[in-house]
Amino acid sequence: MTPSKVDTTLDHKSVGLHVENMQLGWDGRILIDGLSFEAPPLAWTCLLGESGVGKSTLLRTIADLVPIHPGAIVAGSDGKGLRGRIAYMAQQDLLLPWLTATENVALGARLRGEISDLAKVVGLLERTGIAGRADARVNEMSGGERQRVALARTLMEERPVVLMDEPFSALDAITRTQLQNLAFELLETRTVLMVTHDPFEALRLGQHIHIIRAGQNADHLPITPPGTPLRDPTDPSLRDTYHTIMYALSHRTGAAA
Amino acid sequence: MKILRPLIVFLGLLIVWHLVVTTLDMPAFILPSPKSVILIAIERMDTLMGHAAVTLAEILLGLVFGTLFGVTSALVMAYFRPARSWLLPVLVISQAVPVFALAPVLVLWFGYGMAPKIAMATLIIYFPVTAAFYDGLRRTELGWVDLARTMGASKASILRKIRIPAALPAFASGLRVATAVAPIGAVVGEWVGASAGLGYYMLLMNGRVQTAAMFAALFVLAIMAVCIYFLVDLALRRLIAWQPEADPASFS
Repeated sequence: MTPSKVDTTLDHKSVGLHVENMQLGWDGRILIDGLSFEAPPLAWTCLLGESGVGKSTLLRTIADLVPIHPGAIVAGSDGKGLRGRIAYMAQQDLLLPWLTATENVALGARLRGEISDLAKVVGLLERTGIAGRADARVNEMSGGERQRVALARTLMEERPVVLMDEPFSALDAITRTQLQNLAFELLETRTVLMVTHDPFEALRLGQHIHIIRAGQNADHLPITPPGTPLRDPTDPSLRDTYHTIMYALSHRTGAAA
Repeated sequence: MKILRPLIVFLGLLIVWHLVVTTLDMPAFILPSPKSVILIAIERMDTLMGHAAVTLAEILLGLVFGTLFGVTSALVMAYFRPARSWLLPVLVISQAVPVFALAPVLVLWFGYGMAPKIAMATLIIYFPVTAAFYDGLRRTELGWVDLARTMGASKASILRKIRIPAALPAFASGLRVATAVAPIGAVVGEWVGASAGLGYYMLLMNGRVQTAAMFAALFVLAIMAVCIYFLVDLALRRLIAWQPEADPASFS
């Protein structure tokens, strides 16, 4: 098991994310309009927005699970499409209850009818700290253990871009911090785009933070907190950034501004 | 204790039955005593077993065909939208017309042999299996499908490795109901016209006022039905052993 070998092959394929003029609607109602942003390669980018603004739909659109609005562009920073280059981690662990932890980690290969690299699965279970639960089923695991398996499954896919939809929000504070650290460490060689409604999570993990607002987002600017993640969100030096975020979150653009 | 409990219930019922017969002084052609039923069951064991084998075969074949058609229909309805609008009315009609009313027609078409009984059992089993499995297939956790799609899974692979396993608990509920009602189809078929089977034998004994023999046949039928149910239930539990059981009685 040589994880370093895996990581070097990834470096060649590292790619950022380019989103331009994104529009999201539901039932003929426009939720988000004119949103453009970049997620630079090998960095954590956080999309921060209040609940119900359409963050999950935005992520699913980027993942090509929802048809994209005409005129909007989603591409890699190399200008090519993202098919086959994205891994997706949702708020729920999405583990299949009839499979063991090991089988869940190897799900991608199983679904594509490929032979799964068992040594790699074992290695990832070790790195995510759940080697002892390799044969456990979903209903025998705690919430934290399940998200660890989900993280291992995400890493197993070897995709340069990882989309995360509030994957830690259902966990208790201690477990959440542990998993944030683990995920940050293990996803170092990937481009991560994480959606969250928690300003502290964004401050802790995000190299770049984008505030997503309902309605027009054309005037939108990224926020780059000082220092590098993992930050301590209670650090006094982050207070100004925190206030900027809170102000941006509570002041809508467009007609309401 | 767990195995003993049904036995105790069974013995208790026998005792109540015996007391009813002795205290009310029931004539044997209305309600024979448990003792006379047991005696006649032993005496005619060969005959009863011969008829039971026929009924058993009808029920089991009905289960196989009903499940097969049900699973196929559910898959077709779940995957081909045009087929859905055509198959749904068929499904409802198959249930709206009582099997009892269809029995004479089926006997007319398929004769007095096992075929119309199997057809009847199949009809009865078809609906619960189809409805439950179709429901299960439609209720796949959307996140699982999303995840599979980002992993590059084909539609066929999502069906085989996610939707079908996820629908198995629903399918199991349907099949349990189907198994419990399957004997009805076979017995009704035998009543309408047959030359063998427990239903046929019961009618025959009824006509000859051999009520004890009728009860003996009923007994064999009941034991058989219970055994089939428990075997199917056991098989289904193995199939979906991963599903956690939440006993509503265990929450306060």
